Amino acid sequence: MSDLDDIVKEFLVESTENLDQLDRDLVVLEKAPADRATLGSVFRTIHTIKGTCGFFGFTKLEAVTHVGENLLSRLREGLQPLTSDVTTALLHLVDAVRELLGRIEATGGEGDGDYAPLIARLTQLQQAKAIAVVEPTPPPVAKPTGEACAIDASIRVDVSVLDKLMNLVGELVLARNQAVLAAPPTDDASFHRAVQHLTQITRELQDAVMTTRMQPVGVLWDRYPRIIRDLAAQLGKQVRVEFEGSETELDRGILEAVKDSFIHVIRNAIDHGIESPAIRQARGKPAEGLLKMRAAHEGGQVVIEVSDDGGGISPDRVRAKAVENGLISAEQAGRLPDHDAVMMIFLPGFSTADAVTNISGRGVGMDVVKTSIERIGGRLEVQSTLNIGTTLRVRIPLTLAIIPAIILVCDGERFAIPQMSLVQLVRLDRTAAHTSAEQVHGLPVFRLRNELLPLVDLRDVLHLGSVHDRDERTILVVQAEDRRFGLVVDRVLDSQEIVVKPLDEQLKPLTVYSGATILDDGGVGLILDVLGLARAAGVLSPPGRDRVRVRVSPPPPADVQPWLLLESGQDRRFALPMNLVVRIEEVAIDQIESAGRLAVIQYHGDVLPLVKLADALGDPPRPWVGESISVVIFRDDGRLIGLAVDRVVDILEAAPRPQPTAARPGVTGTAVLADRVAELIDVVAVLRLTDPWAVLAAEVGAP
Amino acid sequence: MTTGQFCTFAVAGQHFGVIVDDIHEVIRHRSGSRVPLAPAAVVGLMNLRGRIVPVIDLRTRLGLPPRVADAEPLNVVLRTKDGPKALVVDTIGDVLTLGDTTFEPVPPTFRGPMAELVRGVHKLPDRIVLMLDVPKTLTYTPAAAG
Repeated sequence: MSDLDDIVKEFLVESTENLDQLDRDLVVLEKAPADRATLGSVFRTIHTIKGTCGFFGFTKLEAVTHVGENLLSRLREGLQPLTSDVTTALLHLVDAVRELLGRIEATGGEGDGDYAPLIARLTQLQQAKAIAVVEPTPPPVAKPTGEACAIDASIRVDVSVLDKLMNLVGELVLARNQAVLAAPPTDDASFHRAVQHLTQITRELQDAVMTTRMQPVGVLWDRYPRIIRDLAAQLGKQVRVEFEGSETELDRGILEAVKDSFIHVIRNAIDHGIESPAIRQARGKPAEGLLKMRAAHEGGQVVIEVSDDGGGISPDRVRAKAVENGLISAEQAGRLPDHDAVMMIFLPGFSTADAVTNISGRGVGMDVVKTSIERIGGRLEVQSTLNIGTTLRVRIPLTLAIIPAIILVCDGERFAIPQMSLVQLVRLDRTAAHTSAEQVHGLPVFRLRNELLPLVDLRDVLHLGSVHDRDERTILVVQAEDRRFGLVVDRVLDSQEIVVKPLDEQLKPLTVYSGATILDDGGVGLILDVLGLARAAGVLSPPGRDRVRVRVSPPPPADVQPWLLLESGQDRRFALPMNLVVRIEEVAIDQIESAGRLAVIQYHGDVLPLVKLADALGDPPRPWVGESISVVIFRDDGRLIGLAVDRVVDILEAAPRPQPTAARPGVTGTAVLADRVAELIDVVAVLRLTDPWAVLAAEVGAP
Repeated sequence: MTTGQFCTFAVAGQHFGVIVDDIHEVIRHRSGSRVPLAPAAVVGLMNLRGRIVPVIDLRTRLGLPPRVADAEPLNVVLRTKDGPKALVVDTIGDVLTLGDTTFEPVPPTFRGPMAELVRGVHKLPDRIVLMLDVPKTLTYTPAAAG
């Protein structure tokens, strides 16, 4: 590619762009075959590509576009109608052209693809019987003059140039600050005026550069009609698409970040939302479903909605599916309000599709969408009415390049944290710092308006200096996904608009940072990623689907896997699959604290609620015995929970054959393990039977 | 390339050379802001005219003891395909033009990081200059080394 002429490069860029337009035009045409303006535009695009590629000697591309042009020319002259067959063939033509352009870009040559069948098909369609020429409507007034102006007024700029401009503007701000600091103190009004003027110019320059990075959301949407058409055809559905607010502008970085998410949402809407024509008619709806995309600016944010008029999401089906997938218990499902039930579609490993299609319904999807939207500081909500339709609303920030942030200090190092992840600041002086730390039964938790927040100390997470040698501390209440937690830092300096810069490639695995920025004195500050911090501190589950994989598809019982053999109560043995266990700890009895009715221990600076196995299974209550107990630690919904047993007997490889005779809540049956009968524990059920976190919140959070 | 114009610098009394074209600039040492949890070789991140540049200590990369407290090291900013990166060295030396005649492959006695990060040696009358493999030296993340 490097030795490719600039002219060829330009041809490729321009043609690729034109193809996106072409996709859209063809779909429009299918609905309105008589739209001569669109037909003309399609014709011109193919004609231009054909003309230019002949010039470069791309013979295959020329041959393919040539027959396409002939066919289009007949359509344009009204010699034959634009049938669905013709549209499909023309879309295939666009695909072929795109493929060829891609190959030219990658290799410089056209490759050895065989386009003879396509050419034959396009030729054959031309021979279709000519229809009587309808009196052509007068062609709309040509608007070449307007187009020419638009071309003259804009130029193509490489994004890296814009990024460099952004950098320089940032530098300019720094240079201004340094100049002001270096200047001797003066009352000279002209100096102050000059500084003020400089400040204003810098700000305007920053705005202007930001503007150049903005692109209308329509750039993203241009590709959708084609995708929607193909999907609908594949699924035997009829879908009409409407766009509103396609001129709404967004930073191109954000557009890039959300583009795949929306395709996913659209797929879901067509696959699961919009019903087949027969069902729709039976429900008294038009056979053709409506998919509507709307974008608008709302209060410094951009709102993008994807609505369909399909079957809606049935809260009951979601509940049933969630129970079936082991995400919640049947009893919890019953208590869940409809709206919350619908929100469960965003849980990892969730899918309501009755049949797994090759389009969606593989159990991955909406959670990925949610994660990628939240990663850029967006929020997601869904409204659904049964048989009326579903609307997915996404709120995203206008730009990622410059964000308001809080600058904080921890162990002498400065960090930035985006304002959008911040809920509240709680400043504590020295005495308050100590009392509130022990305010809640000595647990590293913090109470904020009856909400119990786990505390995460930045010094701990980042392995900075000891948490004990600091005089003051501030709690930043932050939000990661749906969970809030208190981030403990030394002190907050101020808030600044920061320019986000990417971290060195090799530092990217450090997910506690989302980038770095240059602070107003020229120093570098790392930008903290709240989601990454939460995961590092164990406040949220780690990324990936391990937990769900375990729950959704437990390994077949016949498989040999490691089992943990436990003893609890007089000579009673229990076993549970080792793969669910995070750790096993020996805990001295005197380390067990009680928070109300709940027993807890401190575990790596976190509160770890304990569930007594005996209690969970409804056995008679028993006091702690001996000097220490064994605690088997699980991760449940991102939080650690300890299962307290008398002792761990062994870990063994086994394929127990459970006898369901002794099954009861929390126990799936009994099996012979290590020559003795052991009850097999259903860990998820046991943890659900008690839900210690809810108990803890109720205990301590109660007014 | 093992011959051509080399910029030399020293760390713990040993002379190293990198090809002149790889060098962006040499500046007074700044360690920049610490990066908690980063590999030990990353001393910090510094601001180089608006670009955020990782500062990597050559001593750490070579497994050598830290320099004395009052040392005045330098940052050699090197060009890489991922943008500039700074390498902390003890002192900077001359630019030398070296040919094939003095070049020898890495002696088999080299062990550990030295064997890994040196591409060959130039034996000069007064000293030995070790040719540093710049991409490898600047790859400080164990996982990314492959």
